[in-house]
Amino acid sequence: MSALAAPIDAPRRRGTELALVLFGVAITIVAYASVGLAHDQKLPTSTVSYGLGLTVLFVGAHFAVRRFAPHADPVLLPTAAALNGLGLVLIRRLDLAAADHVGKHHRAPHGAAPLQLEWTVIGVVLFVAVLVLIRDHRRLENYTYTAMAGALVLLAIPAVLPASHSEVNGARIWIKLGGFSFQPGEVAKIALIVFFAGYLVRKRELLALAGRRVVRIDLPRARDLGPLLVAWVVSLLILVRESDLGSSLLFFGIFLVILYVATQRGSWLVLGLMLFVLGAVFAAVAIPHVHDRFTAWLHPFDPQIFGRAIGGSYQLAQGLFGMATGGIVGTGLGQGRPDLVPFANTDFIMSTLGEELGLAGVMAVLTLYLLIVARGLRAAVGTRDPFGKLLGAGLAFGLALQVFVQVGGVTRLIPLTGLTLPFLSYGGSSLVSNWVVLALLLRISDAARRPATATPQPPSPDEATTMVVRR
Amino acid sequence: MTAVLFLLRAVILVLLWGFVIAAIVAVRHDIFGTRRAAPQPTGRAPAPRQQRAAEPKSKRSAARRLVVVEGSLAGQTFPLTEVAITIGRADDSTLVLTDDYASTRHARLVPQGDAWLVEDLGSTNGTYLDRQRITAPTPVPVGVPIRIGKTVLELRK
Repeated sequence: MSALAAPIDAPRRRGTELALVLFGVAITIVAYASVGLAHDQKLPTSTVSYGLGLTVLFVGAHFAVRRFAPHADPVLLPTAAALNGLGLVLIRRLDLAAADHVGKHHRAPHGAAPLQLEWTVIGVVLFVAVLVLIRDHRRLENYTYTAMAGALVLLAIPAVLPASHSEVNGARIWIKLGGFSFQPGEVAKIALIVFFAGYLVRKRELLALAGRRVVRIDLPRARDLGPLLVAWVVSLLILVRESDLGSSLLFFGIFLVILYVATQRGSWLVLGLMLFVLGAVFAAVAIPHVHDRFTAWLHPFDPQIFGRAIGGSYQLAQGLFGMATGGIVGTGLGQGRPDLVPFANTDFIMSTLGEELGLAGVMAVLTLYLLIVARGLRAAVGTRDPFGKLLGAGLAFGLALQVFVQVGGVTRLIPLTGLTLPFLSYGGSSLVSNWVVLALLLRISDAARRPATATPQPPSPDEATTMVVRR
Repeated sequence: MTAVLFLLRAVILVLLWGFVIAAIVAVRHDIFGTRRAAPQPTGRAPAPRQQRAAEPKSKRSAARRLVVVEGSLAGQTFPLTEVAITIGRADDSTLVLTDDYASTRHARLVPQGDAWLVEDLGSTNGTYLDRQRITAPTPVPVGVPIRIGKTVLELRK
């Protein structure tokens, strides 16, 4: 391309990225060593191999970025790598605890950390594959309706499969075949964002048309409400059929925000929030599973609810006790009892973090999420094509909403929903799909930050002809 | 051992926050808005380039921002650097319009000394400065609307 035309000091910032990646891996190694020291009173022998492995993996990802997205944002990859590494350490720490105290509360899968490490490798490989295969995110726009069909099929599979092949702990969101299990909703999430972005780029002029004006808000025309209502009904169907409160909330929220970004009409947000409240009230009253969540959220320390075997508040309350034990700086890695919380390595990894690294650690991790989301939104603002803007905004906001709903649930700000924390929680489907999301964000930010001269297709010399054809 | 573990806990927290701060510092240019001038796109406007080289940048104190007043991009602002701004439906334009009344390469804004010139690039529906359709590169005063299809732009200080 025009590598010669770009000035030498064009701020690509790849060196910064490499330094930050190494920094993130260093944090992981220190944390890993610290867990081993606290548990066995000696440095774990695997520290060196573990550190080398992670270094090779993430530095490899960095070189892929350097080669295939040279202008991309320098902060996204290192931040995700640091979160992923920290998650591995926390999961390993919970594995050790589970091995120590085999009892009734320890249903955590044995040896979750090695599995998570395998999924990390798969995730990073897919991350590189997306960067290599999708050289221009605008090509995804051609697959708008394919993405929709794919997403709907993926979402529908667990709902129609027999419960023995789709249900884990009450939520029917899995595909289980033999020893292999996967959450198709995580892939559907990305496909749906592609569909929302592609669809709304085409329809936004129409949806931005104003209808009646009520109390300083331009309401959309009644006949344009269709897509919003469809999104709402589908979200509720997911909730009722698959008992998956988190995904339901996530899909509707992402759709609403892309709709808002596309049309720049606040009235959609107002309408969407009203529909959301309606749906939430309906769910809280009519769906027993959601009703339990609400009760546990409102009265976690009520002995009756705390002691209830199914649908009680035991997990939530234990998580709160754990974080309270941690205080400002935590008990130190490997020195608390985060394993007293059921499912600590997936839903409640934030309470593990809060107990052992304290509020200081939790705030640092939340700031890292904030950075990823802010850089994602920055890429969306910076890119010049409307599809890229919507796609970037949707992906970044999806991560933000997921973190909010997850951490909000664990800290009892909102009812618990059962999403995973991106990059941090144990869970292959979620980890892999988040690495793909990250690759897409890097691709968009590469397009946004590329200097004008490095545009791959130079403007056609025959502009007049082009214009006649386009009109 | 307790002391070592205590120290390690502090080290991990310091490293975590150090990472956060390092990452923020790495993107400080974006957050606090110092912007390096992008290279001049191709050799389309050599004349203003030479003239600008003769005059120090600080002399141009007139317009600093390009603001979209109406249209689908309403509310967006673009800082005026030393680079020409291209406007049209083409994806590689500085200002990408999604407007059936705009042409693929509709118009461009070119800096010349203190002033910015608007130039129609042979568009189908024309470029209007205030109410007047322009036929040649025309200086744009601050605050006067430029109309392109459904989009209205203004230079602001």
